[in-house]
Amino acid sequence: MDFDPILLSRIQFAFTISFHIIFPTLTIGLSSWLAVVEGLWLITGKTVYQEIYKLWVKVFSVTFGMGVVSGIVMSYQFGTNWSRFSDSTSNVLGPLFAFEVLTAFFLEASFLGIMLFGWGRVTRRMHFISTIIVALGTLTSAFWIISANSWMHTPTGYEIQEGLIFHPLNWIDIIFNPSFPYRLMHMVTGAYLATAFFVGGIGSWYLLKKRHTPHARIMVGMAMMMAVFVTPIQVFLGDLHGLNTFKHQPAKVAAIEGTWETMKGAPLILFGYPDEKEETTKYVVQIPQLSSLILTHSFDGEVKGLKAWAKEDRPPVRPVFFAFRLMVGIGILMLLTGMIAVLLFFRKTLFKNRWFQRWCIILTPSGFIAVLAGWFVTEIGRQPYVVYGLMRTLQAASPVNGKQVFLSLLAFIIVYTFIFGAGIYYILKLIQKGPKPLLKETEIYGSHGVIPPVLGEE
Amino acid sequence: MLDFSPFLDLPLLASCIMALAVFLYVLLDGFDLGVGILFPFAPSKDCRDKMMNSIAPFWDGNETWLVLGGGLLFSAFPLAYAILLPAFYIPLILMLLGLIFRGVAFEFRFKEQGKMHILWDYSFHLGSVCATFFQGILLGAFVSGVTTQGRAFGGGSFDWLNGFSVLTGIALVFGYSLLGATWLLMKTDHKTQEWARKIAFRSLFYVVFFLGIVSLWVPFLNETIFTRWFSLPNFFYFLPIPLLTGLSFLGLYKSLLKKQEIQPFFIVLAIFSLGYLGLGISLWPWIVPYHISIWDAAAGAKSLSLLLMAVVILLPVILGYTAYAYYVFRGKSRASYED
Repeated sequence: MDFDPILLSRIQFAFTISFHIIFPTLTIGLSSWLAVVEGLWLITGKTVYQEIYKLWVKVFSVTFGMGVVSGIVMSYQFGTNWSRFSDSTSNVLGPLFAFEVLTAFFLEASFLGIMLFGWGRVTRRMHFISTIIVALGTLTSAFWIISANSWMHTPTGYEIQEGLIFHPLNWIDIIFNPSFPYRLMHMVTGAYLATAFFVGGIGSWYLLKKRHTPHARIMVGMAMMMAVFVTPIQVFLGDLHGLNTFKHQPAKVAAIEGTWETMKGAPLILFGYPDEKEETTKYVVQIPQLSSLILTHSFDGEVKGLKAWAKEDRPPVRPVFFAFRLMVGIGILMLLTGMIAVLLFFRKTLFKNRWFQRWCIILTPSGFIAVLAGWFVTEIGRQPYVVYGLMRTLQAASPVNGKQVFLSLLAFIIVYTFIFGAGIYYILKLIQKGPKPLLKETEIYGSHGVIPPVLGEE
Repeated sequence: MLDFSPFLDLPLLASCIMALAVFLYVLLDGFDLGVGILFPFAPSKDCRDKMMNSIAPFWDGNETWLVLGGGLLFSAFPLAYAILLPAFYIPLILMLLGLIFRGVAFEFRFKEQGKMHILWDYSFHLGSVCATFFQGILLGAFVSGVTTQGRAFGGGSFDWLNGFSVLTGIALVFGYSLLGATWLLMKTDHKTQEWARKIAFRSLFYVVFFLGIVSLWVPFLNETIFTRWFSLPNFFYFLPIPLLTGLSFLGLYKSLLKKQEIQPFFIVLAIFSLGYLGLGISLWPWIVPYHISIWDAAAGAKSLSLLLMAVVILLPVILGYTAYAYYVFRGKSRASYED
């Protein structure tokens, strides 16, 4: 059997990073939401908020733990499997990665301890501050890593010296490269929405089962506020991001659209089946001239087709084409959910309608699927380059033996499946148990350890 | 653009910071990996709960130093990163898998009330042993030297495996055990503490034994190391290191006999520092032993300048709030936290 180390390394990277990104998506969303919930508790003094906080902080900690361990793997894989990429780009990307560790990881890790175990050891105010710091940490982390990722899509502020080594010319140009603001906003908003639908789905499940109704109403209510107000913003941001991609990576857009011929007044293909051998998209359902309108804001603007690039310079078309439709499809469902929620709200049945609850339960994982699909679009769409237009993925791999990569990939698949399975199992168990009713304030203080309890020693 | 290279030796400074990050990792994750290694040998479940709680608020921050180590190697010494990581592919992946198993055990163990508890106990233990052993292997393989070919690794998949690296692997397991035991001495009481003291004594002897062999073996791995230590006048300059190490071991033994709770941990920290210093003297100035020096592997001056500026500003802040976190969770560990 022939083991191609580059193909296997690509599969391994795709597998480990896809697995990893699910957790940061949830921790970005949950930490901000937990900060809001804790704030509401401190302002209103209502125990229901505290009970929600204490349930979800446990889910958060499981998610965070899995994010950390799968993240450590990422930080070493650049070297183990992509050492030539590391050697070439580290002058530019290295500081960004280091900044992520220095400004975000330590902050999150240190204050997470206080967030999880600090009740009664610090004041309520300090606890609240810790939650906010963790939330800011997750956002800072997103800032740096997406900056580095965006630079690989739209490199600026560099010069290339002998042996394909990138050197920095202007840090501001590197950090705030052209696709970065769009990608960052699109991803953070995506994380917020994914979390909202996750929390909303679980709240709906409680409502359907008639359990923890006061908590569930808050969870569903807040989730639907996000669906109503943030989904349209996300659609708008996605459109901006798409236009930015059209400007800098037109080949990716051609793959997204499934258009092969360059033409004026290009139609928007809603569905179809791109055939890479015959260089055509079959069975198309299309709207005339819409693609040109969206991308160039003119009915007969020119949109480049895939044939404008040599075969070896095109990204794989099918995965990009379908992943994009999956992402957009989920976005449309979310938009619809928001509209229905508004309707039900005015009919005063938002928390009663059983069908709507079932619908929200189905959508529980939808945001994560959309986030993954979106990343598939942008990352596969960047191929065959690792640094767009400058360095090919083929030039980036390590000189390692294919069998070694095959075994490590196998190990990652087995271990991640097991760990991920266990993680989901424990998260579901926490949710199944639901929020724990808290005791009266004075009693809580006793067991919090302000007055250290005398433990019966062994 | 920012460039300090005309008046600062940037690679030298970067290597010091890198060494500091790795050193802090070894000390901090060392004690919590040590707790994991000792975990199943504790007398009761209650003891194990306390052991785990003594490190639960910290493990994540401790492991972040490993990410920083990797991040700094990538950004400050990209050539070394590009050579060393493929060279150590297998032990690195195995170490990471070990860290995964022990890391998730923190989350899963407390959520599990049933029999599966035991699964996560062992996931924590075996993960810690595996991560530590392969860290030791990495150290041994690094000291043994790496084959290079141009700007890339030029050796085979199993170059890292040799008698010396296996020895350092085993030695580190005992080293972290000693760190973990003395940490528990400080953070627990009663039965757990008494047990930790017994374990500390036992690991002390193993550590003396293995550190002795490793220290005697290193000079024979490479001629430059031998001449560095045994030529005159170097021999006398460096003599205090083994002497102080010996004295520290005696001090530790006495401290344990006197049933001191806090001092043993800090004496072990001193022993690790001396060992690390010895290693630094042996390997200087290689970052890919014995081919590429820190100056040859360093990133461009502009990248290093930006990096160093950030480190100088941020590292004190990080150390500050890390210290705060340790302060918040001061005192003896209890069997459970209020959730």
